[in-house]
Amino acid sequence: MLEVSNLACSRGDHRLFSGLSFALHPGQIMQVQGANGSGKTSLLRMLCGFMMPDEGAISWCGGNTRDLEEDYYAEVLYLGHLNAIKDELSALENLRISVGLSGIELDEKEALAALRRMGLRGRERLPTKVLSQGQRRRVALARLLVSDAKLWILDEPLTALDVGAVALIQELIAEHLARQGIVIFTTHQPLQVAGVEMRSLSLS
Amino acid sequence: MKKSSMLDLLVLVIRRDLVLAMRRRADVLTTLIFFVMVVSLFPLGVGPEMDMLRKMAAGVLWVAALLSSMLSLGRLFSADYLDGTLEQMMLAPQSLSMLVLGKMAAHWMVSGLPLVLMAPVLGLQFDMPVQALGVLIIGLLLGTPILSMVGAIGAALTLGLRGGGVLLSLLVLPLCIPVLIFGTGAVEAVSTGLSAVSHLSLLGALLVLALVFTPWVTAQALRISME
Repeated sequence: MLEVSNLACSRGDHRLFSGLSFALHPGQIMQVQGANGSGKTSLLRMLCGFMMPDEGAISWCGGNTRDLEEDYYAEVLYLGHLNAIKDELSALENLRISVGLSGIELDEKEALAALRRMGLRGRERLPTKVLSQGQRRRVALARLLVSDAKLWILDEPLTALDVGAVALIQELIAEHLARQGIVIFTTHQPLQVAGVEMRSLSLS
Repeated sequence: MKKSSMLDLLVLVIRRDLVLAMRRRADVLTTLIFFVMVVSLFPLGVGPEMDMLRKMAAGVLWVAALLSSMLSLGRLFSADYLDGTLEQMMLAPQSLSMLVLGKMAAHWMVSGLPLVLMAPVLGLQFDMPVQALGVLIIGLLLGTPILSMVGAIGAALTLGLRGGGVLLSLLVLPLCIPVLIFGTGAVEAVSTGLSAVSHLSLLGALLVLALVFTPWVTAQALRISME
């Protein structure tokens, strides 16, 4: 369970938000809303531990994430603006390496199956530099299929995706929530997940 | 699916960086060619006087190795930083120091090891005696990993800065002076008939020290650079 209490963030002299508190329980999903520059990405990066909050604390299952460190990171899957994909490597290699970095060894068959479900059949072994923007995003999103992380932190997961892929992501999120996972995300596109209450947090 | 241990992760990072280096061969070759060129220019520049060449051989080879290892340091973390891989590395369930150690090892294999292998050939240009050549190689073998490791701290600190390359050299080169002194000292000792053991032991000690501290320091520097 993720608990955020009295969080504050500033960039330079500019205070983005302060006094932010919320808690997310297994099976819950929350959308972070706000105008451009309102601190959505900063909040998500704080949850990942890339940025130190100015005030407040983030705790995971009762322990401060600063103290949990690797034990917390093992539970987190973060998908940022950047795809973390190497142009020189094939989609297959990229997926196996990025999943490997999150501590899971994936054999070739599982990786191929994940890429095919993401609609990349026939392109698994091409260097990702020849893929389109949307296809590269799909390679990055394939991690969602094979991860066993409890907390998904998704920053604009739907950018560059077509309608079919958006539907697939909604399906994946629904599956994750059904497995008692937690999702926190930002998006400027509509994203509906059937059968769950969508919580929302507005930053202004 | 199976969970990977710390060692698996280390191997994964090393293998990944080596595969990437093989797919961007030009980057690897630049370092090596720079090293060969700089060393080869000296006999041409100072003239074919054997005594002088023999005396300066170790110094020239070491300084060239130092400079060429600087060349590739800028790329150590920058590509991973720009495409977001570094963020994912920070979220790895094992300590970031371990991943950093893997990157340092891969960097050494790509930019340090080729220099060590090339050194005996280049040493011949300077008419180095076999014994001195042997000590030079052992020295380089102990010293070049230190250059990669100390350099990684600088690379992490200057990550994402404009003009980071120059700053990196200014930061790292002074820290590498002890390596240079003991490395050339060892060759000189052998040439004058003394034992090189003390110099090489000191280099070894520096290597152990670097192995223990630099991955952790680099990991901290990376976390600061990411904020």
